[in-house]
Amino acid sequence: MTLTVLYFAWLRERIGHPRESVDTEATTVAELVAELIARDERYAFTFSDLRAVRVALDQQLAEFDAPLAGVREVAFFPPMTGG
Amino acid sequence: MVVRVQAESFDFGAESNAFAARATGAGAVVTFCGLVRDNGGALAGMEIEHYPGMTDSALRAIEAEARARWSLHDTLIVHRFGPMAPGEVIMMVATAARHRADAFAAAEFLMDYLKSRAPFWKKELGAEGATWVAARDEDEDALRRW
Repeated sequence: MTLTVLYFAWLRERIGHPRESVDTEATTVAELVAELIARDERYAFTFSDLRAVRVALDQQLAEFDAPLAGVREVAFFPPMTGG
Repeated sequence: MVVRVQAESFDFGAESNAFAARATGAGAVVTFCGLVRDNGGALAGMEIEHYPGMTDSALRAIEAEARARWSLHDTLIVHRFGPMAPGEVIMMVATAARHRADAFAAAEFLMDYLKSRAPFWKKELGAEGATWVAARDEDEDALRRW
C-alpha cells in the first residue's frame, strides 16, 4: 500500500519535508508510526512523545489505533491552535 | 453560511456590517474577531500554517454542528493563514439569530471548536526566534461544556 504522508508545523520542521510517499504494510496508524521511527533519528525524535501528536486520515481526525485500510492520506500535526 | 480561508487581510467592520445587513429576519447579530497580540512589544509577527485539504471541511463541520444545536439565520467564519503583523485581524466569526441567546452561544461554540479542531497552527516570531504556540489545556477543556 502506498500512502501520502503529510507533516505540519514543528513535525514538518523536524522531519525536514512537508509530504512524502510511503510504501507500507502497516495496518494501523500506530504501526505506521513504528515503521517511520525505525527509519532514522529524525523520525524517532519527531514521534518520541505521541501525546503531542495528532493524526488525521483522509482529512478526518483519528486515533492512533485507527485502521489504515482504504486510507490514502495520513497527516501528522501538533494539537491545533486556531482562532 | 459562509466559510472563508484566505491569506489576505480583511476589514472586520465591513464584514460585520455586510453580515448584519443580509441577516434579514434576525433580531441579533454577535461578532467576534481575533487579533495578533503584540505581547508588550516582544512579538514581531505571527505565521499561521494550515492543512488546506482539511481546513475548509473542518470549519464546515463545526458550522453545521452549530446550526444543528441553535436556531441560526446565518453564520460567517473567516480565518487567515500566512504571515501577519501584531494588531492584525487573524479571524472572525459572526452569528445571526432571532434572539441574542442563540447568537451568543453559537459564537462561543464556534470559537471553542475553531481553537482546537480546525487545522491551524500559530508560530510567533520574536526577538529570540520563532516558537510554535502550544495548545492550552483550557482550550481542550472548553469543549467539554458543549
